Amino acid sequence: MIPIAYPLVLAVILFCMGIVGFLLRKNAIVIFMCLELMFNAANLVFITFANHYQVIDGQVFVVFVMTVAAAEVAVGLALMVTIFRTKQSIDIDQMNSLKG
Amino acid sequence: METVQFFNLVPWVVFLPLIGLTVNLLVGRKLGEIFAGSFASLATGLAFVVSILLAVSLSSHPEAVTIPLGDWITIGTLTVRWAFRVDTLSVVMMLVVSGVGTLIHIYSIGYMHNDVRHNGDTGRYARFFIFLNLFIAAMMILVSADNFLMMFVGWEGVGLCSYLLIGFWFEKGKNGTGNAEAAKKAFITNRIGDFGLLIAMFLIFVNFGTFQFDEVFKQAGQVAAVKPGVMLLITLFMLLGVTGKSAQLPLYVWLPDAMAGPTPVSALIHAATMVTAGVYLVARSSIFYALVPTAQTVVMWVGAATALFAATIALGQYDIKKVLAYSTISQLGFMVAAVGMGATVAGMFHLVTHAFFKGLLFLAAGSVIQGVERGMHHANHASHDFDPQDMRQMGGLRKQTPLTFRVYLIGALALSGIAPLAGFFSKDEILVSAWQTQPAIFIVLVLAAFLTAFYMGRQLTMVFFGEPRTEAAEKASESPLVVTLPLMILALLSVLGGVLNLPGVHTLETWLSHTLGEGEPGHFVWVVAGISLVLALIGLGLAWMIYSRKTDKAYVDPLKRALGSLFTGMENKWWVDELYAAIILNPYRAFAQFMADPVDLGVIDRIGGGLAAGTRALAESIRKLQNGYIRSYALLMLLGLAAIMTYLFLR
Repeated sequence: MIPIAYPLVLAVILFCMGIVGFLLRKNAIVIFMCLELMFNAANLVFITFANHYQVIDGQVFVVFVMTVAAAEVAVGLALMVTIFRTKQSIDIDQMNSLKG
Repeated sequence: METVQFFNLVPWVVFLPLIGLTVNLLVGRKLGEIFAGSFASLATGLAFVVSILLAVSLSSHPEAVTIPLGDWITIGTLTVRWAFRVDTLSVVMMLVVSGVGTLIHIYSIGYMHNDVRHNGDTGRYARFFIFLNLFIAAMMILVSADNFLMMFVGWEGVGLCSYLLIGFWFEKGKNGTGNAEAAKKAFITNRIGDFGLLIAMFLIFVNFGTFQFDEVFKQAGQVAAVKPGVMLLITLFMLLGVTGKSAQLPLYVWLPDAMAGPTPVSALIHAATMVTAGVYLVARSSIFYALVPTAQTVVMWVGAATALFAATIALGQYDIKKVLAYSTISQLGFMVAAVGMGATVAGMFHLVTHAFFKGLLFLAAGSVIQGVERGMHHANHASHDFDPQDMRQMGGLRKQTPLTFRVYLIGALALSGIAPLAGFFSKDEILVSAWQTQPAIFIVLVLAAFLTAFYMGRQLTMVFFGEPRTEAAEKASESPLVVTLPLMILALLSVLGGVLNLPGVHTLETWLSHTLGEGEPGHFVWVVAGISLVLALIGLGLAWMIYSRKTDKAYVDPLKRALGSLFTGMENKWWVDELYAAIILNPYRAFAQFMADPVDLGVIDRIGGGLAAGTRALAESIRKLQNGYIRSYALLMLLGLAAIMTYLFLR
């Protein structure tokens, strides 16, 4: 039995990588991947605690999160394709039409 | 004994002119002048027929009859009906309005035919008759109302028509706005008077709880006993309304300017009917005035002062219509003085005869003006500054316009009070009641009567006698029959009008006593009649002597030399307009300017503008946050979440 701290620390590291990547990268697809990283960090926390307390709720919730993430990827990639078609680029810094 | 009663016909005195105006509004322009003019005249003529039927019905059933048409306003305890009141007083007014009105409509068919051509817009022919019919309808509402509120509708309606008709040629006149200015002046001055009438009506409602004439007058005695101050206020505010509508001191200034309207308008609205509404109002409310002697004194003195004051101004005018306008103000002063003295019947009698002879004089003056205009066109080299209304440019017109001269002479003699014409009897009745009760008023009125004869003599001589002073006057010509026929009828009425209330017979007195209550019938005092007749003859003769002397081409009024600066005052209307401008208009304008520039632009606009500018500046600084980069939004979200979490953990 590995101590509970290990997977939690791993989850924190993953989450921080996600945040830093989200904030610093320019490529929209990479940003997308960073988002997934954060999802998965959260999932990892869910199942860690589910395993620790021997309850099934956490595992059920992970399945929901994965489903929603999958749906979100479908929408997100579709958006990405459309943006690429109009702007010939998916550089997130060029998408600032809403600048006030 | 049951005779046929026609009282139910009374709404038609309003509806017939309304039908006339609707038809003219829809098709009048298409069907041409003859149709528009005759249809409007027919509508008014039928209203006259209805008025006669009402008078016939009243002669067998002299009690007042109220014909309700429907509820108008129902709010809480206030219920105002739209109801027509037929009594001897209102029927007298109806007969005058529709009778003289019909004659003036017929006259207008011919007059406006020339007028629209002279002024260069034939399209306005039908419009003129629409306005005239609207006026008749409004005036009928005024005189047939059975409550103050409905009467006020008519009161405002005739004011509106007056405005519309004074400004009929709104793009003409001095500097292209003269007529419009005159219309505005009439409307605004009347508004001041209407304000007084409104206050009086509010007071009546607060103290009597109703607007109905019957009930108000029934309670008047009680209220006067309990609250004499309120009654005084009601009557004095009502007097303010009267001074506005009936052109009395101090609000008379609009009437001379109102001569900017076409001449039939001056005859109908500004001499015969609308301006007498004030006299009608006081006569209608005579019960009020009888209860408040102070108010009676005020009314009486306002009337007498106006009569004299306006007569002096009439002496120094050169415009043929202006003389008549000031004469109208003066005669209205006679009527107001009469109703103020409690001699209501005398006032109403003078109102009726005045409608005949002043209507006649104005219409005849219109005939003279158009005759001179025709002469002007014949003279060919018509210069632009030639004024066809200026009496100095006339002279000798008795040869060119013989018929107009004759009727004018009749009108002028009737106005001057020469027996046995209409004006003699009515004016004499007023003078007698002054003689019996108010010697001071008597002196003022007799003086005014003398001046009346003098300025009418002056006008007659300047216009019709002597030699023509201009080529236009020399080539002037008589008007067609459609214009002269109403003149002849009115001349006949001016001659015979006195029959209405002959001394000793008192037809009108008996007739009106059913509404106004039994009064002491006016006596015929030989001394008074003698004084007024002799003074009138002296006035006419003096004017003839002074003005029939041969004058040179550059006309200088002979009185100017005799009276000097006094005449300059009369010539310049005693500078009343200038005085009002100096003490009311200019300070008001300066005040308005002050409110507009430093206050509105400086303070109020700056508050509004400052708020807008402040919001804009704030937004300008905040919009920097909205930079469009997703990463910065995400960062802010992260920081916000971190802050919330920190707070939740640490609290």
